[in-house]
Amino acid sequence: MAFEPRIVGFLCNWCSYTGADLAGTSRVKYAPNVRIIRVMCSARIDPTFVLKALSEGADGVLICGCHPGDCHYVEGNYKAVRRFAALKRVLRAYGIEEERVRLEWVSASEGVRFAEIVNDMTERTRKLGPSRVKPQLMADAAAR
Amino acid sequence: MSRRISIDPITRLEGHGKIEIFLDDQGAVEDCYFQIPELRGFERFVVGRPIEELPRIVTRICGVCPASHHLAGAKAVDGCFGDEVPPLAHKLREMYYNAHYIHSHIAHFYALAAPDFILGPDADPAVRNILGVVAKVGLEIGGKVIKARAQAQEIQQIIGGRTTHLVWCLPGGVSKGLKPEELEKIKPMVGELYDFTQFSLKLFREAVLGNPGYVELILNGPYTLQVQNMGLVDENDAPNFYHGKVRVVDCEGKEICKYAPREYADHVAEHVEPWTYLKFPYLKKRGWNGFVEGVDSSLYTATPLARLNVADRMATPRAQEAFEEMFKTLGKKPCQALLACHWARLVEMVQNAETLQRYCADPEITGDAYRVVPKQITGEGVGIVEAMRGTLTHHYTCDPKGICTSANLIVGTTNNNAPIHMVTRKAAASLIKPGVEPTQGILNMIEMAFRAFDPCYSCATHSLPGQMPLEVRIHKNGALYREFRRRC
Amino acid sequence: MADRKLQIALYWGAACGGCDVAVLDTNEFILDVAALADIRLWPIATDGKYRDVEAMADEELDLTIFSGAIRNSENEKMARMLRQKSKLLVAFGSCAHLGGIPGLANLFDLDEILKTAYLSNPSIEPGNSTVPRPHSEAGGHALEIPQLYPRVYKLDQVVDVDYYVPGCPPAPAQVKAVLLAVATGHLPARGSVVGASDRAVCDECGRHKAEKQVQKFYRPWQIIQKPEECLLEQGIPCAGSATRSGCGVRCPNSGMPCRGCYGPLPNVKDQGAKILSALASIIDSRDPEQIERILDDVPDLVGLAYRFGLPASLLQRRIGA
Repeated sequence: MAFEPRIVGFLCNWCSYTGADLAGTSRVKYAPNVRIIRVMCSARIDPTFVLKALSEGADGVLICGCHPGDCHYVEGNYKAVRRFAALKRVLRAYGIEEERVRLEWVSASEGVRFAEIVNDMTERTRKLGPSRVKPQLMADAAAR
Repeated sequence: MSRRISIDPITRLEGHGKIEIFLDDQGAVEDCYFQIPELRGFERFVVGRPIEELPRIVTRICGVCPASHHLAGAKAVDGCFGDEVPPLAHKLREMYYNAHYIHSHIAHFYALAAPDFILGPDADPAVRNILGVVAKVGLEIGGKVIKARAQAQEIQQIIGGRTTHLVWCLPGGVSKGLKPEELEKIKPMVGELYDFTQFSLKLFREAVLGNPGYVELILNGPYTLQVQNMGLVDENDAPNFYHGKVRVVDCEGKEICKYAPREYADHVAEHVEPWTYLKFPYLKKRGWNGFVEGVDSSLYTATPLARLNVADRMATPRAQEAFEEMFKTLGKKPCQALLACHWARLVEMVQNAETLQRYCADPEITGDAYRVVPKQITGEGVGIVEAMRGTLTHHYTCDPKGICTSANLIVGTTNNNAPIHMVTRKAAASLIKPGVEPTQGILNMIEMAFRAFDPCYSCATHSLPGQMPLEVRIHKNGALYREFRRRC
Repeated sequence: MADRKLQIALYWGAACGGCDVAVLDTNEFILDVAALADIRLWPIATDGKYRDVEAMADEELDLTIFSGAIRNSENEKMARMLRQKSKLLVAFGSCAHLGGIPGLANLFDLDEILKTAYLSNPSIEPGNSTVPRPHSEAGGHALEIPQLYPRVYKLDQVVDVDYYVPGCPPAPAQVKAVLLAVATGHLPARGSVVGASDRAVCDECGRHKAEKQVQKFYRPWQIIQKPEECLLEQGIPCAGSATRSGCGVRCPNSGMPCRGCYGPLPNVKDQGAKILSALASIIDSRDPEQIERILDDVPDLVGLAYRFGLPASLLQRRIGA
């Protein structure tokens, strides 16, 4: 049986969640691997959420926000950019492949784009294989 | 059929330790192993860290002598930045360090050494500790010792901002200087500490040198080792704990080498055995020849006694008097009678106090020029200081961005790993007699062998029953035959 | 408390001894402790031994103060034994609380550590291929040393812990408060952090704080900092905003930035994530390329964010080879 990546998606309410909704109402076919969590703004994404998702077995994490300049709260997506830039470096130090955690801009009208992002990320994550984070944590705990 | 005596754990040592003694059929000591069961991996996990962070990471190698690691690390980092350090920073560091020495030497002498001498090596174990010492000589001394050590800690706090786990040194100097009002707080304490060093020497003279049995134990007991001596000296061949060249003098008094920190790897190498995590440094040019004594041995000690053995003189006048008195009594120099380390510690304390006095009188000490912004990263540095328990070497390399690419550490007590192993074996072989049950006193006397080295974890001077746990199990024909235990 | 003296133990795992020195730095107070308690095990200072602990009844000890992380089989064995024999087990100091500085080893495989220590370092005996191992033989005798584990654990990843006392080392004043609390029975809910504030270091720090808008970060040696102003505002990364106080702000008061030894604030699951978030949120830029350049000036973000708490983080360690 092929490995089906489990990807957690944090989508901002105003642009990217609406865009994902549009993909649905437009009956666009795309991979079902992303579990969506709606937040009000991409700025809400504390690096803790990403780390928690990975530690609990997510193979990938997708964060979507409004295009720069379009944030409903004016600056929120810029804050997301900064936090994500810092987090990426730490993930690399932990040995987690860069493609497993992604930040993308999706507007409310970009249903097709959202689907393409999900398909692309699903395939890339499938090629990387299951994340070893949770199995390693469980093995460490079981060893003691 | 051999029998096995396990002493586990040993206390007041660098971390954990144990001794395994093997007896032959006659009950004589056939072999003895001194094992260190831990490794944390500092040499590897500092790689990738910004090099300026290392001095505040490597303090966590030891919580009793963290300043030794901080300063050795700081000097290695200095080297990585082209040694651009203003003279005032060096002065302040040396001032701090001499106060640090006093805290540690007080702790060791009063909590670890004094009980054996004030109460006797085979006194009742229940009282052979700092409490028993206080009971015998009075509460006044206990309070005096606590106060002196607290003053030494306070002086460090004022100069460097922290005692345990200093964060003060950085590329280009130190992060804070000494204000005039801070110096005024330090001066009276330094005066009292100097008096305390004289008091300690007097106590030693009366309690130890005034007892012929102890003098005999020091000079002619099983605690001698004919190996070489290592210590840091200044341009006058006097001890300097912060800075200088490493001098190695053999057990007959001949200089073997004198090297600058950058040359350390030409002179010292480390041997590995599978039965202990601690490595065995030796003189590289002579090669590893095993655990052997003699003037040709490649083994050496790095202890207060070794430091004074390699020195031609002390750096300060009252310390010089104490130095001369010590060697006159011991009868020769170098002296390889390891129990004399306890005396050497007290002599060093005098130099520590006089050095502090000198800096207190230095009009530049409260200046502002304690830091510069360094202009270049040169990529490699070796910092050597004398930790209280031996020569400490930190060797770092970094990339052009100042990120650590390697670290090599030869730690104070590590220098003494082979000597401790050997003198413990000697003491056990001499003290455990075939056919005679080892008593509590004998167990303690085996401990006195490594205790002289002041292994890394010296305890503070407080009223805790300062005893080592010892347990001896003697097996005969595979079954437990006798057991001795010494508790607190 | 009852008439009988408290039975206490102080023990160390993968430790440096600084926590023991912190207990002794309470100076005269330790005399009071000695009057109130029998110290049944304290390897740095007394002669209680493993055999004595083995012989104790379950919960015979009122209190064990455990410092140091869990790095090898002996550390784990003693943690379990002392848990069984103690009514209260306190994780004392950063190593027991969070993993501590030894936890940085979780960025490496054990093989790498052994290779550096015993094979490749410049002062190793030429030609050496020996690496210490748990079972070996010498002179016909079998010898043992503990098994090193592939990673470092904090204490509560191995046994249940009743209280946590943070700090590297805990400040002596806090040590005293904790010992008194146990002696008088005035303890908060089990699982609490004691001997520290619930607020950040910034709250205790006396430096002047204004607006944090940083366009360039500096390493501590790159600029001469202004001693009265917030370090972060001057561009020097400081973990104080995401770290518990109670330490007396001893690092910023010496002129050096906080590195987080007192651990996360209440309800924070991952201290490093908060440190990263704090640094990122003060970057004064909207341009992704400029943001990357600004972050390039803070090398080793993982070592900065998780200096004392890598084993306590959500990911706990690097993905192994």
